Amino acid sequence: MLAFHIGKFILKRTLKFVTLLFAVVVLTFMLVSLSPVDPIQSYLGAEMMVVSEEQKEEIAEYYGVNQPKLQQFFKWLKMFLQGDLGTSLVYRQDVLSIIQEKFVASFALMALSWSMAGILGYALGVIAGMNKGTFADRAIKLYCFVLASTPTFWIAILLLIVFSLWLGLFPIGLGTPIGVVSEQVTWLDRLKHILLPAATLSVIGVSNITLHTRQKVIDVLDSEFIRFARAKGEEGFTLFKRHVFRNTLFPAISVHFASFGELFGGAILAEQVFSYPGLGLAIVQAGLNSDVPLMMGIVVFSTFFVFIGNLLADVLYTMIDLRMKNGEAI
Amino acid sequence: MKYHSISFGTRMAISRKGLLLKLLGLLSLFLIFVIGGSFIGEEQIEANMSQKNLGPSIRHLFGTDWLGRDMFFRTLSGLHLSFRVGLFSAAISTLIALILSLLSSYNKYFDAMVTILIDLLLSIPHLVTLILIAFVLGGGVKGVVVGIALTHWPSLTRVLRAELMQMKTAEYVQISKKLGKSRIWMVRNHFLPQILPQLLVGFILLFPHAILHESAITFLGFGLSPEQPAIGIILAESMKYLTAGMWWLVLFPGLSLILMVAMFEAMGNNFRKMFNPQ
Amino acid sequence: MNIVYKFRDETNEEIEKIKSNFLLEVNHLSLTIERVGKGSDVEHLHVIRDFHLNIHQGEVVAIVGASGSGKSLLADAILGIHPKNSLIEGNIKYENQPLTEKRKKRLRGNDILLIPQMTNALDPLMKAGKQVESFIKQKNKQKIVKDIFQKVGLDPAVYHQIPSTLSGGMIRRIFIAMALASKVKLIIADEPTNGLDAEALDELLFQLKMLANDNRGIVMITHDLEAAMKIADKIAVFYAGETVEIADRKNVRKAGKFRHPYSRALWNALPQNGFVPIECSQPSPAEEIIGCSFASYCPEATKRCGTEKPELREVENGEMVRCFYA
Ligand SMILES: Nc1ncnc2c1ncn2[C@@H]1O[C@H](COP(=O)(O)OP(=O)(O)O)[C@@H](O)[C@H]1O
Ligand code: SF4
Ligand SMILES: [Mg+2]
Repeated sequence: MLAFHIGKFILKRTLKFVTLLFAVVVLTFMLVSLSPVDPIQSYLGAEMMVVSEEQKEEIAEYYGVNQPKLQQFFKWLKMFLQGDLGTSLVYRQDVLSIIQEKFVASFALMALSWSMAGILGYALGVIAGMNKGTFADRAIKLYCFVLASTPTFWIAILLLIVFSLWLGLFPIGLGTPIGVVSEQVTWLDRLKHILLPAATLSVIGVSNITLHTRQKVIDVLDSEFIRFARAKGEEGFTLFKRHVFRNTLFPAISVHFASFGELFGGAILAEQVFSYPGLGLAIVQAGLNSDVPLMMGIVVFSTFFVFIGNLLADVLYTMIDLRMKNGEAI
Repeated sequence: MKYHSISFGTRMAISRKGLLLKLLGLLSLFLIFVIGGSFIGEEQIEANMSQKNLGPSIRHLFGTDWLGRDMFFRTLSGLHLSFRVGLFSAAISTLIALILSLLSSYNKYFDAMVTILIDLLLSIPHLVTLILIAFVLGGGVKGVVVGIALTHWPSLTRVLRAELMQMKTAEYVQISKKLGKSRIWMVRNHFLPQILPQLLVGFILLFPHAILHESAITFLGFGLSPEQPAIGIILAESMKYLTAGMWWLVLFPGLSLILMVAMFEAMGNNFRKMFNPQ
Repeated sequence: MNIVYKFRDETNEEIEKIKSNFLLEVNHLSLTIERVGKGSDVEHLHVIRDFHLNIHQGEVVAIVGASGSGKSLLADAILGIHPKNSLIEGNIKYENQPLTEKRKKRLRGNDILLIPQMTNALDPLMKAGKQVESFIKQKNKQKIVKDIFQKVGLDPAVYHQIPSTLSGGMIRRIFIAMALASKVKLIIADEPTNGLDAEALDELLFQLKMLANDNRGIVMITHDLEAAMKIADKIAVFYAGETVEIADRKNVRKAGKFRHPYSRALWNALPQNGFVPIECSQPSPAEEIIGCSFASYCPEATKRCGTEKPELREVENGEMVRCFYA
């Protein structure tokens, strides 16, 4: 029964997403075709001078540059639906395989920082909310406030200065050591390269989840059942364990899932500072080098990524709602 | 026996006055950034090879860079630039939010359209949209301003939309409607005056985001051109000199940016508190 | 009174001693809430001004007052869970020892139990049975809870249900089950019969009475004088934050009336006593009151009532009244 409802819900959301994705694709395509970028030039780059006119014609033919925009779009769309996102100009590789490869790296980074930020943020939010108005609460609120005003890349540079340059604990950049074949890269190496960017994203990501949790905790503490729990003599950690935890955890996780967009944006900046070879670095390369296929590919992929986060957030909410309606405890 | 609870007889009374004081303090900070920045001429940030790579001192509060330019003045003019970009894009964004929220309160088709637009914008990470737009417009101030203006209106639109929806059912609006007042009349006489505080608060609160995103996109290399002393550019350039140990190139411009962003955030929050206490 | 019957063989002095051996004794209790009013002024709300109450083991004392008059805050004050921006003054003694905030903390849930007014006072995400279980120290908790559920007329299956699937009446029974499961000596029941139909109401009152017969003290807070008259030994009438009268229920029945003009107005508003509508409201808690709090509405008020505050005085045998002329 529950599975059926959740399934229906996911299906509905997916349908909505497909329309949304279509809109994104159309919009992106329109934007990109408005741009002054000459695809032939960006494809050839420095080779522009040495390539003959016929070859240029061939390339133009391949990209359909001379066809009407609408026709170009449908051609692109058809390829897109077949899973062919084109070839990246920068990497000279199939866009889909680049995204796959880069996403693995980005995913490791985002997953690590997302979990760390989630745990830390929830804990801080609970501490602040349970001790509203005290010094701890003010300090945590101040931290969140300042962090919300801090550029991600600046935190990244600071961490780089302190941990890599001064303390020498971490390498200055790149996901893996230069000149080492990927099979030889040890887990320790990977960990070393991922820790600082992940720490950056965690430090920044904590703010949102902490403030949300804090507010939720305060709301719950203000409720009638907490007043009653207090009347029953429950206090401090017992109160938290028995009532506050249960009533705040799922909303917090849900909110945290909904922050995938910010996470992705943060990853772009952190990857840039630490030269971490993920999707963020790739989209910046694509943008700076007019690599339209790769750019479009990552835009679409990031939309998908945000959708997954929001879907998980909503599924969690719906699931709890349904369980409640069915009278099941959590 | 007399039991005091923790917060009986506390700051509550002074909080309202404190709010005003805080706002005044923030306002003066604001003046330093904005007015101060505009007085900085070329000569203060001129290259001076005899003053290269100096750490912070009384003479150069924030130190100097590899060309001997004074970092304090570079930072101030960077902030000034950020402010101008922020002002421009926040203003456009607010205008978009106002128009869209009025539209969506007009009828349910417009409302559905606006909702789709909001969903659309929120479905792509902000920074990705910014990169896309900056890329399409070929970078530069134009790309940054347009990008930020086009990505930052949804949250304010939502707030205004909710406010307008509520207002629409209010009695005095219904009466005006029965009296046959025109739509424009009602917007001018009922809606606009009522949402003005929200609009102002929303506008101020757009600044911090606008400025942060401006610095981010500039840092990535899509924004302002390297001659312009934007904070993002200063920080991106200084990355090259980190190994030389010139930490002050990073620390002070960054802290100043945080101060400015936090100032706008605090200003917006305080204004909001003033308009609707609790 | 139960106690007097129980100790029939004791000497008079001993009876006196036991009678003065209160379970809970409240004198001159006041509660003031501080909040920011218009502008930057601080406003003080005197929700409770001068409250008195005492109760023995095995006794049911009803506190009767209008809705919104501060009865729930009174319960909070006794339990020490009053709002942060409030101040309590006065004397509260529990088992003849001053009830300090620290002691309240220790006694809440162990010696003193609140039966809350609101049916949303149960954790919405926790099984009903689990919420009762926390009062039980022995093993085999689930079975004990299910037995208690049966005793209060609940299906044992309710153990596994969460509050949103339960009716108000069922939740009120769960509150009673908590009292039964616990070892508390004093129960403060805040509007325990709200929203119940006649039959369920009588049953719940019976359950409360059974708890009292188990030698626990019950303070029943209610706006329903009729319900109070059904089970209370003593009735404390609450008006404008003050106890205006403490009456023995049997004597009221015998005499057919209360002593204080406000109590009489409440009494006369009951259907069986003529259904005379009450034509008075409560003075605003923000107001300072000079003289008798009831003077503006009292049909018997004199000049003195407007200038001098009547103290609560003992009339006979523990019965008290706050009126110059009663
Ligand atoms: N935390 C609080 N802050 C301010 N006013 C309160 C608070 N709690 C209750 N009040 C006010 O005190 C009065 C008494 O409330 P309450 O004790 O719930 O009355 P009753 O239980 O008799 O119906 C009400 O007018 C209510 O608005
Ligand atoms: S003291 Fe006076 S005003 Fe108060 S109740 Fe008695 S007669 Fe009425
Ligand atoms: Mg009440």
